[in-house]
This record gives sequence, structure tokens and C-alpha cells, in this order.
Amino acid sequence: MATEVLMPALSPTMEEGTLAKWLVKEGDKVKSGQILAEIETDKATMEFEAVDDGIIGTLLIAEGSAGVKVNTPIATLLEDGEAAPTAPRAAPAAAKPAAPASDAAPMAAPAIATAPPAPVAAKGWPHADLPEGPTKTMTVREALREAMAEEMRRDPNVFLMGEEVGEYQGAYKISQGLLDEFGAKRVVDTPITEHGFAGIAVGASWGGLRPIVEFMTFNFAMQAIDHIINSAAKTLYMSGGQMGSPMVFRGPNGAAARVGAQHSQDYAAWYSAIPGLKVCMPYSAADAKGLLKTAIRDPNPVIFLENEILYGRSFEVPTDPDFTIPLGKASILREGSDVTIVSFSIGLTYALQAAEILAKDGISAEVVNLRTLRPIDYDTVLASVMKTNRCVTVEEGFPVGSIGDHLASTIMQRAFDHLDAPVVTCTGKDVPMPYAANLEKLALTTTAEVVAAVKSVCYR
Amino acid sequence: MVAKKPADRPNASKEDLLKYYREMLLIRRFEEKAGQLYGMGLIGGFCHLYIGQEAVVVGLEAVAKDGDKRITSYRDHGHMLACGMDPKGVMAELTGRSGGYSKGKGGSMHMFSKDRHFYGGHGIVGAQVPLGAGLAFADKYLGNDNVTFTYFGDGAANQGQVYETYNMAELWNLPVVFVIENNQYAMGTSMKRSTKSPSMWERGAAYGIQGEAVDGMDVLAVKAAGEKAVATCRAGDGPYILEMMTYRYRGHSMSDPAKYRTREEVDKMRSEKDAIDHVRDLLLQGGLASEDDLKTIDKDIKARVNEAAEFAKDSPEPPLADLWTDIYA
Ligand SMILES: Cc1ncc(C[n+]2csc(CCOP(=O)(O)OP(=O)(O)O)c2C)c(N)n1
Ligand SMILES: [Mg+2]
Repeated sequence: MATEVLMPALSPTMEEGTLAKWLVKEGDKVKSGQILAEIETDKATMEFEAVDDGIIGTLLIAEGSAGVKVNTPIATLLEDGEAAPTAPRAAPAAAKPAAPASDAAPMAAPAIATAPPAPVAAKGWPHADLPEGPTKTMTVREALREAMAEEMRRDPNVFLMGEEVGEYQGAYKISQGLLDEFGAKRVVDTPITEHGFAGIAVGASWGGLRPIVEFMTFNFAMQAIDHIINSAAKTLYMSGGQMGSPMVFRGPNGAAARVGAQHSQDYAAWYSAIPGLKVCMPYSAADAKGLLKTAIRDPNPVIFLENEILYGRSFEVPTDPDFTIPLGKASILREGSDVTIVSFSIGLTYALQAAEILAKDGISAEVVNLRTLRPIDYDTVLASVMKTNRCVTVEEGFPVGSIGDHLASTIMQRAFDHLDAPVVTCTGKDVPMPYAANLEKLALTTTAEVVAAVKSVCYR
Repeated sequence: MVAKKPADRPNASKEDLLKYYREMLLIRRFEEKAGQLYGMGLIGGFCHLYIGQEAVVVGLEAVAKDGDKRITSYRDHGHMLACGMDPKGVMAELTGRSGGYSKGKGGSMHMFSKDRHFYGGHGIVGAQVPLGAGLAFADKYLGNDNVTFTYFGDGAANQGQVYETYNMAELWNLPVVFVIENNQYAMGTSMKRSTKSPSMWERGAAYGIQGEAVDGMDVLAVKAAGEKAVATCRAGDGPYILEMMTYRYRGHSMSDPAKYRTREEVDKMRSEKDAIDHVRDLLLQGGLASEDDLKTIDKDIKARVNEAAEFAKDSPEPPLADLWTDIYA
């Protein structure tokens, strides 16, 4: 009997991909393990292998089709001796032709950099905090890459180091194309030795360079945390101001999808507790670009916490080449009068969705995007809370000692008389991240929880 | 790598060879099925397949005795099957179901069986190395003659904690076999691009640890080296380093750009060095088994793997209350 070969899910966050290239034709005999096709996602090009022996019947999806949803039948596989059905090839509605040049592009490739496979457009997301002037649409991933490239062009002492940042083009493709442009002297592939290369980068910053250290994810920065805190953060102080560590530690932070406890942790509150560090946590592509440029220029060690799930989302970004965002400045993403929702990074997706839902219920929520967690912009938060008299915070990290706890305490100390209700914090649950899909969903904070929290502080 | 082993004079009995064949085939078919379930979205997150490296764990498990321990990285499915864990429980953990070894809470990279002395399943590269030495420390302290097999990759071998561990393991003569599974790549980084050391096992010499490189695609060579390593450790002269020269056929995880090596390189390994084909040849050419015998085994294994997959699909998701259990003892 003919079996259907389905579009595979090839990464934790993949929902659709481009069928870049067929490596087999109809009628070909294939063995299990043989490469059938090349499939592209926004992260990488991947080879898709046959799981069973058989004969390729019909190729259902044409080479070059983009937006092919996971689990769409892409071919039929016949058993030996079975005749191919004569049914005409149907092009499923899900598939649309890819932008030219996105298929078969070599990996070391500005070509790929210019043709990312269809990012999920974040249409309708507010961009209330952008300065006046022309913008262009870009993904968070592209914004980060552009910020690094621009700063590396501007200052020859800026360099990038980390695992798989060069030849592999970045584990999450943030550094794609940088090796081509800047060469191996400035885009440095390291062995898997986080403690070692973090220490080397701190030393290099003392020696006059401006390192950008990419951690494949911040979970692995735990191996290096001694150098981040004891060496990078404290030396300016311990040397009586003689020498600091002008550098950036960046990479994805927090939960991705189904990668379990050791790979899903939000370090926002950890690093924000350390004097001597600055901490950025961008939400939009404009945040990513503007903050990263400022972070690279800053004379202090800056922890730059990105989010894998946001990498592929698109936003408007000012085209002004001098566009930067100062550290320590929050923004108002949505104005409102009944309650202040303070959040950052992916927490804002819940906050903004909640604000939308609450608006329909007649509750006007102001949404504050912190952008920087150290220094934290108390003034913007306090001004908003003094206006709305209510506050809910939203983040993915653990509840104990969270950023929300710290804000609640600050608001209590500095705006107690303005509060009409206690501050409520929405956080991840107080458990290591479970793997099971149903439990993982439960462990993260949700839009529904934010809506409920807002209603509770509004006594509705 | 050395050329394909001649098929003559195997230093193992027919029963042994059939056992290794069965065990390696179980791992391979299990992993193929896992890849399939991943593509269907039934397995999520990261999933690192062991295909190509089967001879390493099967050869070493052949010299383990009851009470010996093992610990490894996230590329752990083969180790679990080889030490006798139930394919059903492993597959159900991959699908995140309550029938899994960690009740669905650990996933592919984080699975354990106290019962089978399997201590994980670790997602942080290199972390299992001191942990394995700690298990051996406990055995020595308790005065038994158990050995711990501590597996790690060529990439992990560059982590600093490996060398801190080497120093103490030799200082205290811990009964630990450090098994470097040198599959020549750490994600997309070939060994040549991560070190100028000519070999990984020789690094142990700086700490006074003995060791050797082994053809990890040859289950009999693995077993022979394992016997020596284990005997050394049981005699109180541990630790011992085995650098297993092996190869992974599939991508690093399910998501892999596959651009850092050529398809020809992979095909060459598969066709010339495959560990399962090697034992298959030994069995057929030695007249120890017929094509039909092997077909029966194949069918058997396929049925076991299918049963595991069915179990993993049917096992219910963990109850929601499980979110809050097992945090404190
Ligand atoms: C501390 C740490 N750094 C980085 C990673 C990401 N990572 C996972 S596996 C891997 C490659 C490891 O290669 P190797 O040790 O050779 O083992 P193999 O995958 O080949 O079995 C990397 C870099 C991680 N999990 N932990
Ligand atoms: Mg390796």
C-alpha cells in the first residue's frame, strides 16, 4: 500500500518550511536513511531522510514551495512492485511558491541572509514606541545581525566569539553572513568551553577590545557565570575605577519549546541582581537593534537576553542608521488608564494580548515595555502606576525573587498611597520546566492568567 | 579510520554475536522510529539519535556486571536500551507521556533508571563527567568493586571540568571508565576545528591516566578494550580512558544544516564501516546464521519497536497535578 511522506517537523519551533529541493524523482527506489529532500526553515537548511524502503510514487509538493505546513503530505511512497497511481499532481493550497534565490543557496551565504523564508508577520502589533521617521519590516533575528554588523563596521575592536558563530553561521542563525564579511579574526569559533572562552573574552576586554560573547543559549552561560559576575561585573569597582569590562554577553534566554528543564530557564532576575552588570531584554526587532547597538558601545559588561521564539517575528524598525535605544529607558507600548501591565521580552506577547481582550471588557490597560532590567526605569513605571493606580507584572521566570517582586516592592515603597490594589505578579510556575507538552503549557504564564490578574486588581 | 575488518576469526561465540547483532539492531530501529515520530510532531524539543554509534554501548555493556553504573549526555537512547531499560518506557518519555521513565517530565535528554543504574541523560555538555566520577567515588567509598562508565563526546572533551575530574579521579584512583565517544563532530565543529591535540585519550597522560583509542565501529574491539579497562578499575587501578573512534550518521539533532560534512563522507562510513553490517558479515560468512535467521531477528526487533511506539502514543499525558510533584523529596 502507498504511504504518504509527510512534511516533517525538524526543529522544536518549526511550524512550516520551504521544500527547497527534491533529491529523488518519481519512480526512484529509495532505502531507509536515504536523503529525500532539502528543507529550509528560518533557522537552517536540513536534509530529510526516508524512514522506510520503497519507491517514490508521486511528488506532491513542487520543489521551491514555501510555507509548507508540518504534516502536509509531500510525496507518496510505494512498496516494491506497486504501480504508481495515475492521479494528477495536486498542489495543496498550503504551498505557495518561494521567493527566488531561497532554494539551493549555499550555507555560507549572504544569499540566505537576504532571503529568510517567510517569517511570521506580527501584523497589528503596536509600534507606539518608535521614533518618527521611515521604518522597514524585519525579524528580530535580522535586527540583531544588523546591529552587530553595523557596530563591527564602526569599531574594528568589536569582535564576536562563541560556539558555532562562524562556519555554522550561528546555532540560531543570528551571525549568518558575519564570517564572510568580517573574517575569522573577528568572528571566532570556539570549542565547547564556556567557562574558558568567557574568561578569555573578559581578559580581551581589559586588553582594549570590545568582545561580543554569544552563548548558544543562556543555559550554558551557567558554566561561565563565575567570569561573568566575579571577573566582568566586579573588576571596575575592585580596581578603583581603573579598568572595566566593555563587552556584551548575548544569546537566547528562557523557554523555547519542549526542550526540558536544563534548556528552559529565564535568567532575567539572576543577572539583574548583580551590581556592575547592565541587563537588556528586547521584545521587538526595534528593541533588539537599538539596544544591542547601545550595549556594544557601552563601557560596561552588558547581559543581552534574547528569546528564541521571538527571533522569527517581524516588526517595524527605523531605517535611520543612527537609531539606538538608551539603556535604562522603558517604553509605553500601549496607553491606558485603568491598570499598568509591566513586562519585557516574550512576556509582552501575553501582556499585549491581554490588553486587547481587556479593552473589549471596557478595561483600559497601559502596557510598559521595560527593555532594560538593569538599570530599571522606575520613573516610567511609577508614573504609569500613579496614573492608573493598579499594576500587574508579567514575566516567564520563576516567581521567587522575580523582577515583578522587585517592582512590587519598589511601587509599595514609593507609590503606596497611589495604589488601589496590591500589585499582582504573573510569572512562570515554581517548578523546573517539564518536558510533557501539557505540563509545559501549564508551567508558563499565559494571556488568560494576565487577564485574570488584571481583573482581580480591578475588582472585576 | 582503519579499513573494514576482515570477517574471519571472530573472538566471540555465536551466541555472543547474535546477542550483539540483536542489541545493535534494536537501537538502530528504535532510533529510526524516534526520528519518524519526531517528524510527525509526536516527539518535541531536541532529539539526538545514536545511529552509527551502536557498537560502543553494546560492546561495553557486554563487559558490565550487575551493579555497574553508566551516565552519558543527551545522546542517550542507545545507552538506555543497551543497559536493559524497556524500549516502551524510553519511547514514552520521548513522547512526554506518563508511561515514560521520567513520567514525561524529562524528555529525550533527561531520563534515568535507578533500577538499571542509568544515571542520565544530561543536557549540559560535559556535566556528566564529574557526576560519573562521583558515582565511582561512592562505590569506592562503599568498598564494592563496581565500575562507572562515563560517556562523553569529542566536543565535551574540551570542557574544563573534564580535566578537573581527570585530576581527582587519578588522584583517588576512582573506578571510572571515561568513554570518549569520538564521532568526530560536535554539532557542526569537526575535531580538527576544536583542538590541536592529536588524540583525546592521550590528554589523560598529563594526569597519569592510562587509556587507548579503539575502533568504535567494531563491537568486538570495543568489548576487548572494555574488558581491560574494567579489570583495571576493579583491581583498584582506575581510572581508564577509552577513546572510541565512531561516527554518527544522522544530524546532530533533528535540526541540522548538514553542511559541515559531505554526503560522500557519511555514505562511505555507512557502506564501509557499519557496525551492524560487520557483525552480520561475521555471522553469515562464519556460517553461524542464515539469511533467514537474521530476517527473523529483524522482524522480531521491528515488532518490539512498533510495540514501543504504540505504547508511547497510547500512554496518557501526565496528569496536570504532576506539574507540582517531585520537586522536593
Ligand atoms: C555547556 C553546553 N554548551 C553548549 C551546549 C550545546 N550543545 C549541545 S550538544 C553540543 C555538541 C557536543 O558535541 P559532542 O560532545 O562531540 O557530543 P555529540 O553530540 O557528538 O554526541 C553542543 C555545543 C550544551 N548543551 N551545553
Ligand atoms: Mg561528537
